[in-house]
Amino acid sequence: MTALLEIEGLTASYGQIRALHGVDLTVGEGQVVALLGPNGAGKTTTLRSICGMVRASGRIAFRGRDLIGLATEKVTRLGIAHAPEGRGTFSGLTVTENLKLGAYGRRDPEVRRDIDRWLETFPRLADRRDQPAGSLSGGEQQMLAVARALLSRPALLLLDEPSLGLAPIVVREVFDVLARIRAEEGTGMLLVEQNAALALELADAAYVLASGRTVLSGPASEIRAEDSVRRSYLGQ
Amino acid sequence: MERFLQVVVDGIADGSVYAALALALVLIFRSTGVVNFAQGEMAMFSTFVAWALADAGVPLLLAVLGALAFAFAAGMVVERVLIRPVEGGNPLSLVIVTLGLFIVVNSAAGWIWGFNIKEFPALFPGGVAEIGNVSLSIESLGIIAVLLVVVGLLWLLFTKTPIGLSMRAAAQSPSSARLVGIPVGRMFMLGWGLASLLGALAGVLVAHRLFLDTNLMAGVLVYSFAGAALGGFDSPIGAVVGSWIIGVTEALAGTYIDVIGSDLKVLVPLGIIFVVLLVRPSGLFGSPEVTRA
Amino acid sequence: MSLVRITAGSRAHLALRAGVALIVAIVVIAIPFNSNPSVNGNLTLVMSYAVASMGLGLLVGYAGQISLGQGAFFAIGAYAAAAMLAKTGLPYLLALPVAAAVTFAIGLAFGIPAVRLRGLYLALVTLALAVAVGPVIKRAEPITGGVSGLSAPQPPVPGWLAVDPDQWLYLLSLVVTALMLLLAANLTRGSLGRALVAIRDGERAARTSGVHVSRTKALLFAVAGAYAGVGGGLFTYAQGFVAPESFTLLLSFTFLGAVVVGGLGTVIGSVLGALFVVFVPQYAGDVSQALTGVIYGCTLIAVVYLLPGGAAGLLRRLRRLLVDVVEPAPAVPEPESSPPPPEAQRGVHDAVPTSDPAPAGGDPAARGLRP
Repeated sequence: MTALLEIEGLTASYGQIRALHGVDLTVGEGQVVALLGPNGAGKTTTLRSICGMVRASGRIAFRGRDLIGLATEKVTRLGIAHAPEGRGTFSGLTVTENLKLGAYGRRDPEVRRDIDRWLETFPRLADRRDQPAGSLSGGEQQMLAVARALLSRPALLLLDEPSLGLAPIVVREVFDVLARIRAEEGTGMLLVEQNAALALELADAAYVLASGRTVLSGPASEIRAEDSVRRSYLGQ
Repeated sequence: MERFLQVVVDGIADGSVYAALALALVLIFRSTGVVNFAQGEMAMFSTFVAWALADAGVPLLLAVLGALAFAFAAGMVVERVLIRPVEGGNPLSLVIVTLGLFIVVNSAAGWIWGFNIKEFPALFPGGVAEIGNVSLSIESLGIIAVLLVVVGLLWLLFTKTPIGLSMRAAAQSPSSARLVGIPVGRMFMLGWGLASLLGALAGVLVAHRLFLDTNLMAGVLVYSFAGAALGGFDSPIGAVVGSWIIGVTEALAGTYIDVIGSDLKVLVPLGIIFVVLLVRPSGLFGSPEVTRA
Repeated sequence: MSLVRITAGSRAHLALRAGVALIVAIVVIAIPFNSNPSVNGNLTLVMSYAVASMGLGLLVGYAGQISLGQGAFFAIGAYAAAAMLAKTGLPYLLALPVAAAVTFAIGLAFGIPAVRLRGLYLALVTLALAVAVGPVIKRAEPITGGVSGLSAPQPPVPGWLAVDPDQWLYLLSLVVTALMLLLAANLTRGSLGRALVAIRDGERAARTSGVHVSRTKALLFAVAGAYAGVGGGLFTYAQGFVAPESFTLLLSFTFLGAVVVGGLGTVIGSVLGALFVVFVPQYAGDVSQALTGVIYGCTLIAVVYLLPGGAAGLLRRLRRLLVDVVEPAPAVPEPESSPPPPEAQRGVHDAVPTSDPAPAGGDPAARGLRP
């Protein structure tokens, strides 16, 4: 059975600068995989490579289909949603408009119901549904980014640092929602996180990147227990 | 007093023509960040198409619609073929490309239809309408009405339709738009097509009064730039309001200030551009980020 | 890859530059005596355009500011010169400094507030200036002769020079153009040039390193205006007549086109660009009278796409096929044989191209290596 996402020997460059030197990872259907590592290890670049935002070579297969060289908008239409670094919200558009855009490409009649559902899940978004997204707080924008990503009913959700800059209580809220989604929808997730502990709580498996390479991988429980890992790569 | 109202209404009518072209400029600027110096010439060319169709016997309304459709298609082609390859690069290259386009389109029109002045059929009945004790030109009222309808349609398009939303998203943040699956390139093409259509509309509205030749839109372009600058180059409302202000000011100055005859009228919008850009570059409605030096 | 490789600053290099300069000088001086008045007249026009484009090139290529108003300054300079020649009895050579002074002053007055504006807005303001000039000229009849224009006496051939009038005008323009070219090259190499490069590369950084950004930009605007003014003065010399039709908005576009086609950031480019904008429309007209503009416009666009470095860039590439000029190795070699960091040598040479056809740029890979 083909995995949801298979990456082999991924290399990527920004212009002349090589950022990834050979990343390998796999995400199974419905699996949550954490992508950990120090700053500059290439975690964001990996996500960007999947979405065709960076020039990459190697192998990236989504349910067997090769993604290298595919334009971003085509990749996302295959069933991958990306809540990027910087949240990717349209600050001049309202919360509701942002959510509608999340459902771009969906033709089914349940879009309205999904939007209502996410507004229910994140009541603070519902309060601000007609306000421009740029006026939202950091936490609210992150919730908006997640909700928007999920509105496309993706098979694979890419999350880049969802906890960044958020108050602990808000982070808890977001991760609770992610856990619920995993349980209810069976959405696969590739989660890049600085907060390794939090990520490993949610994840089934984890990969650790350093200097653009995979250096460690295994079930989340193993990675969590590895003292050396925590000290060397996770700065704990 | 009656005279004053007449002059004001005529000024708003002129301003409406400038507004149509200004909307085109702002639309392209907001979506692709490009200032299309050739917008006026493209509009002139489309107006010639309308004239040619009408001259060949096509009923006027159909001729105009045909020209608008032509303009839409032409705008899309220009974006895809000429502008897309240089879009992200050196802004000077973009300026030169649009200037080159200006020259090409201007000459092509002259080559195809000659340089003699042509009469363009009137879109509105001549004469005046008596409102109270003021007689207002029907043509002026018609032009204003058309502009209001067009602005209304644009507003509906951008705020109520999915494609309008996608276009706004692509304009605001192309990378985020791609992430939700929006084909950004195609949105840019649509933007240019729409802008070209607006320009053509300006052309057909004004051609009867100014007479049709290859110089038709060059003057209008300057006024439209002034209107867009006054309104704030990234604000469509600003483009309309700014253009109306320009039209009215120009009409009043030409009528009531003796030193400024009809030939120096052009100094009014130019003076306004100077003052606005030096005092408040973001204009009446624009956002400050656009102008930070 | 090249046929010959020489070191910058070596005697071979100096000899090469002197040789090329000599050949160019001989050719350029000999031309008017081996052609006809029509060609000479065109080349004289090329030179007046080249001077104006040189100034615009400084503004655009070095400060990165797009001005659509160079044609306006050209017109002002031309009219100032014409008015002086026609209405005062002052020596004709004074017409050029007068034109330069007037346009410098106006450029400064305009530039001080205008250079605060970002690209698009500066372009718009200068566009407004270019459009305003025509009607103002037509209205200011007592000075400008209004719609009918102004006739100005042309510089007479000096008694001691046995040449024809068209040759004389050519040579006079040549001297002035050469002087303006040398001046531009000097400006770009001196402290002004370094300040401009710093500004172009990043205004905030420039400010922190002590460059007074607004003052420099305003000064540059005035200098560009003065160049256009001198070009306008040469135009008046050559034509003997000025009228509003000669100074349309298209003229401003033409100068901008000349700068880009000739090669941004180079001074020689303005001469090449001026040749392009004067002769291509004429050739296009020969191909097809009505399609002149189409061919010209398409060529402009093609140059932007295919030759981003402009004609000067093309010349440089051709030159590199023949001669490779490399930086000399450092006088005291390092103990470990590692090449010295390229930044120290890169700075001025790369960023400040000269009018010389053999600039000491060279290949980054060749830096620090012995020839």
